[in-house]
Amino acid sequence: MAFLDITDVRKNYGPQTVVHKFDLDVERGEFISFLGPSGCGKTTTLRMVAGFEVPTAGAIRIDGKDITRLRPNQRNVGMVFQSYALFPNMTVADNVAFGLKIARKPATEIAGRVAEMLKIIKLPHLGERFPYQLSGGQQQRVALARALAISPKVLLLDEPLSALDAKIRVSLREEIRSLQRSLGITTIYVTHDQEEALSMSDRIVVMNEGRVEQIGTPFEIYNNPRTRFVASFVGTLNLLKGKVVDPVAGKIVIDGQEVFSSKRIGHLQAGEACAAALRPEAATLHQTELQEAAKIASSFARESGPRNRMVGTIEEVSFLGSVVRIRVRFQENAISLDTFNNPNATPPARGAQVTVTFGREDLLVLEGAEG
Amino acid sequence: MNQQKIGSWIAIIVGMLYFIVPLIGTFEFSLRMRRGEYSFDAYRVVFGDPNFQATFGYSTLMAVLTILVGVLIVVPTSYWIQLRLPKLRPLVEFITLMPLVIPAIVIVFGYLRLYNSSSILPLTATARSTDLLLVFSYVTLALPYLYRAVDTGMRAIDVRVLTEAAENLGASWPTILFKVILPNVRVAILSGAFLTFATVIGEFTMASLLNRPAFGPYLQLMGANRAYEPSALAVIAFLVTWACMGLINVVGRGKQIKAAP
Repeated sequence: MAFLDITDVRKNYGPQTVVHKFDLDVERGEFISFLGPSGCGKTTTLRMVAGFEVPTAGAIRIDGKDITRLRPNQRNVGMVFQSYALFPNMTVADNVAFGLKIARKPATEIAGRVAEMLKIIKLPHLGERFPYQLSGGQQQRVALARALAISPKVLLLDEPLSALDAKIRVSLREEIRSLQRSLGITTIYVTHDQEEALSMSDRIVVMNEGRVEQIGTPFEIYNNPRTRFVASFVGTLNLLKGKVVDPVAGKIVIDGQEVFSSKRIGHLQAGEACAAALRPEAATLHQTELQEAAKIASSFARESGPRNRMVGTIEEVSFLGSVVRIRVRFQENAISLDTFNNPNATPPARGAQVTVTFGREDLLVLEGAEG
Repeated sequence: MNQQKIGSWIAIIVGMLYFIVPLIGTFEFSLRMRRGEYSFDAYRVVFGDPNFQATFGYSTLMAVLTILVGVLIVVPTSYWIQLRLPKLRPLVEFITLMPLVIPAIVIVFGYLRLYNSSSILPLTATARSTDLLLVFSYVTLALPYLYRAVDTGMRAIDVRVLTEAAENLGASWPTILFKVILPNVRVAILSGAFLTFATVIGEFTMASLLNRPAFGPYLQLMGANRAYEPSALAVIAFLVTWACMGLINVVGRGKQIKAAP
């Protein structure tokens, strides 16, 4: 049996259903992220686990115990809030000790635990400070220490890093993950930041409009998205409008250029409009002369070789530091692709004719052309 | 100094003159009791009058009771509205503003009709029960100031998230209210308490019509029968009020450092 078991949970606000039939089994010590856009129901689901919302239907069990109707203060679940939620009238040490005092632990035990937690979050010298005397990152670490001090069965984090700047966000997410691993605490992490979810999680639950779109490891979610929403929400995705030529061979035509997908498209009909999805990192850019490029592309299409090739024109070149993002336009469609910044080579110029190649297995054909 | 700053200073000076000149005039007049020279005779008379001590003491007691009752009503109401019933805020704000719209004399006549000695709840039957009625009527009068002060304090902190954070750590409702919420709105409550004190200490209509020995009716009585003592009383009342304000400011500043977000 799973350590945290969320079974058939639904949440209605009046006539509106904000979470539909949510099922999830979380193993002990697992790090799960709820990922989705604003309003997808991820925070509501988290709040149902915390006890701040009562499910309209379904059950939530922790370690076999049904907690669905228990009050938040009876669940022994630690929570870290987006806005830190530190008590402004208390020092850092008092904040961390709050839950232990409520549990009427002996003073010596409280002092020891507070010192231990402050050491874990690397702020042992700031116990006497007030929250307003700390930076955002420090405040969030204290909030984490406060949530962990009571030794909760499950740790819940509701977009804990979204109020912090980019650099601190990256370092703090690494700290959170390493702390979670060392303590072995079962954790649910809510975020709308796909990079956070992909880098931290054992598994990701992708949600949209109150429904679970896909549950899987970061690798599965990124490389084998099961729905169009997952494909477009996780990672950057190029969506190309095309037409199915031969569904059995996986052949489609995009802006007059034939390409192949090794993924199953047998459910589509020849002549049917479709959308093809391609990750930017799957495409490679070749700077060639126009005629040569067209020749390569047409001969390649005829031979049905191992990689797809498309000829296009560079529309935009964006320098992003270590990466250069290039936008190549074919006719109606365009794709973005990333190349590493090479200081010894000049980036391609706008208007240059280029060939883009990508593997057949990288092209995911979706039903319908609306993208 | 730029033009904007000069304009600001002129506005401040004009404002101060508007308030201070009459006060200086009153103070100067209160010193003229002894013919041909300045003296504190009027103050000596006032402080020596047992009615002054009795009425001032009575009004202070009424003010303290009003603050206690008011805080007990207003703080949980404001907290609950902030936490669970934000849609009711306009209605509650409207209700709390009504004492500013309805004259005190109308309210007190209503009380006399409702709670007279032959009614089901004869609050005016004895002196103590009338004191109780007076406290309740003062709570009504102070409601606009007390509610607004507390509500502003509640809005300044994220009541909902702090409540949830405390609840998540195992705290019960009383613990949340007394250990988390109240300490963080202490300054706001003190401001409301000061405004309530200032309202109650000089209140005349309610106390007079309910026939209670309060400071307001005493001030009126002195004003009607004496020349210099009312000015001395006005200055004393002003100083007491400012002393309260200063005290609250000092206490508030001490807490503000800790409670700043």
